[in-house]
Amino acid sequence: MTVPAIMLRGVTKRFRMRAGRGQRTLKSAFIDCFRHQPLRSADCYEALRNVDLTVMRGRSVGIIGENGSGKSTLLKVIGKIYRPDAGTVQVEGRLAALIELGADFHPEFTGRENIVINGMLMGLSRREIVDRLDEIVAFADIGDYIEQPARTYSSGMIMRLGFSVAAHLAPDILLIDEVLAVGDEAFAKKCGERIASFRQRGKTIVLVTHDPAAVERWCDEAMWLDRGVVRAMGPPWAVLDAYHRALAQREANHADAASAVSHAGIDSLPIPVVEIVGVFLSGKDGAPRDLYRAGEVLKATLSYRMRMPASPLVFGFEIVRSDGLVVYGARMAEPGVRGAAAGEIEVTVDSLDLVTGLYFLDVAAYGRDGQPYDQHTRRNPLQVCSDSDETGVARLRHEWRVIEGAGR
Amino acid sequence: MTSLWELASRRDVLLALVWREVKTRYRGSFLGFLWTLLNPLLLMAIYSLVFSVYMRVDMAKYPVFLFTGLLPWIWFTSALTTGATSIIEGSSLVKRVAFPPLMLPTVAVTANLVNFILALPLLLLFMIGHHVPLTYAVLGLPVAVAIQYVFTLALAVILAMLTVRYRDLQHLLGNLLTLWFFLTPILYSLPMVPASFRSLLLANPMTSIIASYQDALYYGRFPSAPRTLLAAGVSMALLALALQLYARWRWVVVEDV
Repeated sequence: MTVPAIMLRGVTKRFRMRAGRGQRTLKSAFIDCFRHQPLRSADCYEALRNVDLTVMRGRSVGIIGENGSGKSTLLKVIGKIYRPDAGTVQVEGRLAALIELGADFHPEFTGRENIVINGMLMGLSRREIVDRLDEIVAFADIGDYIEQPARTYSSGMIMRLGFSVAAHLAPDILLIDEVLAVGDEAFAKKCGERIASFRQRGKTIVLVTHDPAAVERWCDEAMWLDRGVVRAMGPPWAVLDAYHRALAQREANHADAASAVSHAGIDSLPIPVVEIVGVFLSGKDGAPRDLYRAGEVLKATLSYRMRMPASPLVFGFEIVRSDGLVVYGARMAEPGVRGAAAGEIEVTVDSLDLVTGLYFLDVAAYGRDGQPYDQHTRRNPLQVCSDSDETGVARLRHEWRVIEGAGR
Repeated sequence: MTSLWELASRRDVLLALVWREVKTRYRGSFLGFLWTLLNPLLLMAIYSLVFSVYMRVDMAKYPVFLFTGLLPWIWFTSALTTGATSIIEGSSLVKRVAFPPLMLPTVAVTANLVNFILALPLLLLFMIGHHVPLTYAVLGLPVAVAIQYVFTLALAVILAMLTVRYRDLQHLLGNLLTLWFFLTPILYSLPMVPASFRSLLLANPMTSIIASYQDALYYGRFPSAPRTLLAAGVSMALLALALQLYARWRWVVVEDV
């Protein structure tokens, strides 16, 4: 029976902006006092918005996302360094964090002395750390420097020492923030082995990184955070795929905007008859989102643009599971668009009866003859989560009835 | 109160950090240790010269009196100045799993207590040199130390949190402490102060704390019980307030560091 090691429900974390005026001072506070400036709530921004995360014991989860997407904040919330403004955080087991390794080494103390205090800060008793001291020193492998004050160390050496201490803890849950690229290749390999052995021993790992390869290598699951919102959660390759597509699309949009003028005159490029400009997923209320509860309303709005007068168009959509299985697909029975140069098509799924997982909503525009003019494949991720314990793909409406004493 | 329990449960870390702090000071050689005694000695020499030679303060064995008040005062000011910046300087510690920020000002106050205790033998030598007898009243010393510890800790905790928010507080603090020094009977004794000002002076908790040291060591008498109880009460109340503020601000403090 697996139990969750980490459980986050609806976690929201806001930060106050310092409004770019740098540090607050008594002087500025004093002046503000006379200016009667009320505290503006607009000065807050949400680093995490309504984040749900369940990590089963023994699983490892990779969290990816661009800079400022809230990854590190999430790690700090799990580590109970930050307290969320809303939602709950439950952590079962001893937790250790590999965040800013070696940042608190004292420059005047030797590596050995720093190891002891660092280990104690990470939750070992003095006795435990002294027992493991030789092992840790051997693992760090920085030679005679171990007896020198830490101010003489290179940043790589400090990281190595920091990692060595962390590697010899015995936590149940390990939080890792961007530290796998420690030192040279040989040491990175040792780090990797260490993490692999953590996994083998059934420890829970949460890894925050920019590096897709690390997620693919170390993680059972991946989560994609985008500006504080969970965009996708599922098998690493599927989440990474969605992430890369979104990045590519964003880049393409930038490039488009930049080169729109220069492109105008080029007609040697094949111009699509019709172009699906964007797909927009929302709930019943029309607010954009990509996380849905099973059974909710899903509304997809796709906007198109005709480049050439074309024959009537038919639109279709498919819901594809992250592993490529087509869950459902449908096309318009009648041509929906006859001649307007641009417009929107809306498709509403009344009840998104899928089991928990990552899916994509693919869309396409076809000519009357069934020839596809444009399509969006695996570009629009949608995450479905369900509270009940289900397996399979689709959620078939069912009812249980117990008839006692009617055995034959 | 829960914050104090949290601290107590990690006293091994607390002690290790205090030890590190103390060792940093005496790192190097035995001379390093003497070096830290040099500051109070020089201060005492200058003040003795000014007050007992130039200004002719009429007090027997004035240097002993002065030193008795000066040492705890140095503990107080150095604890507050290092305590005020302790959370900012320990920002990497604050962002660790299960590290209570409260530990940092506590380390500052405790490490400076250790320095104070290490300087006490010097005071004893001084007393012997000036033939000031050590009496049973010396039992009042631990009481004075305990009260001062609580009082200083309370202030250090509040200052440390405020300094995270208002970084210029640390500069202001130095000036305030100088003013406070002259308003506390260290250079002068309480009886020298005109009676009408005396109650004003006693409103300053450091007055009774410093006076307790002077009673225990210089005068060789037990400190007045009501005054001691009052100082203890004020210190405890201030610590309770500090912990209350801490419970409310600690999460914001961690984010702002």
